[in-house]
Amino acid sequence: MFYGVDLCSRLLLGTARYPSPRVLTDAIQASGAEVVTVSLRREAGPERSGQSFWSIIRSLGVKVLPNTAGCHSVKEAVTTAHMAREMFDTPWIKLEVIRDDETLQPDVFGLVEAARVLSEDGFEVFPYTTEDLAVADRLVEAGCRVLMPWGAPIGSARGLNNVYGLKALRAHFPEIPLVVDAGLGVPSHAAAAMELGYDAVLLNTAVAEAGDPVAMAKAFAMAIEAGRMAFEAKPLEPRDMAAPSTPVLGKAALGD
Amino acid sequence: MRIFVNGDQREIEPATLASALSVLGYGGKKVATAVNGRFVPAPARAATALNDGDKLEVVAPMQGG
Repeated sequence: MFYGVDLCSRLLLGTARYPSPRVLTDAIQASGAEVVTVSLRREAGPERSGQSFWSIIRSLGVKVLPNTAGCHSVKEAVTTAHMAREMFDTPWIKLEVIRDDETLQPDVFGLVEAARVLSEDGFEVFPYTTEDLAVADRLVEAGCRVLMPWGAPIGSARGLNNVYGLKALRAHFPEIPLVVDAGLGVPSHAAAAMELGYDAVLLNTAVAEAGDPVAMAKAFAMAIEAGRMAFEAKPLEPRDMAAPSTPVLGKAALGD
Repeated sequence: MRIFVNGDQREIEPATLASALSVLGYGGKKVATAVNGRFVPAPARAATALNDGDKLEVVAPMQGG
């Protein structure tokens, strides 16, 4: 599904903002996710917290998708990607180049440039982008074989802000794996993305900051499975007028 | 000499990146490094001399979305 790697689960899960390492572990297991996102941050303080975090992730046997979260320039993102490739021994990189701090809107110009530099260097880039078709086209031209448009701003729990745009993206790139990344709040948002024919969903805050993250992880997993099954079952198109479900033919004549 | 380690000023003896990491308590840890904004791969640490005023970044796996 992603750069030649087949996965059973269509849920990719973030590892940030959980109330405890125990809940993080249980939520990942409950979600059935086979890919989790991680970051690189300064290893400071005597406790060396990155080392214990890494041993938790390693014990779960999941694939790791490192990100370049917080990078605002091509240089920062490319350097972070190189550090991540060495650290996690993977060519995969969730590429984020952020422009606006309020909305965490990607800098799509920097994103395309960084995607090109990294793809040429052998990275397999998962770009965090908008649903803009022209940007998507540039990213594919730059070497991306996965696209990750936002549903809504990261952490906003708003769901799919632009269903029309996401549908258009799906229609224009039938062969490229598409992942809705960010902005989802509840499982029905994820089901809606899957019903549009998206290949997967990437989540973090909606699970991590739920009252019961483990139950929410499971709920999202079920919704994603249901949404995918519905897409494959070819759902009806909405229509304006009613269409009686009970046959009209054969109705008894009981009027005057 | 004086260097900056993850933004904090530190005094160390003149050293290579590899020996500085060891002195600073990162020996054997899962970290990646950059000096003055440039990635230094692990195999190159022993041959990378640090200079006065260098900015060293030492990062590790952390939670992320």
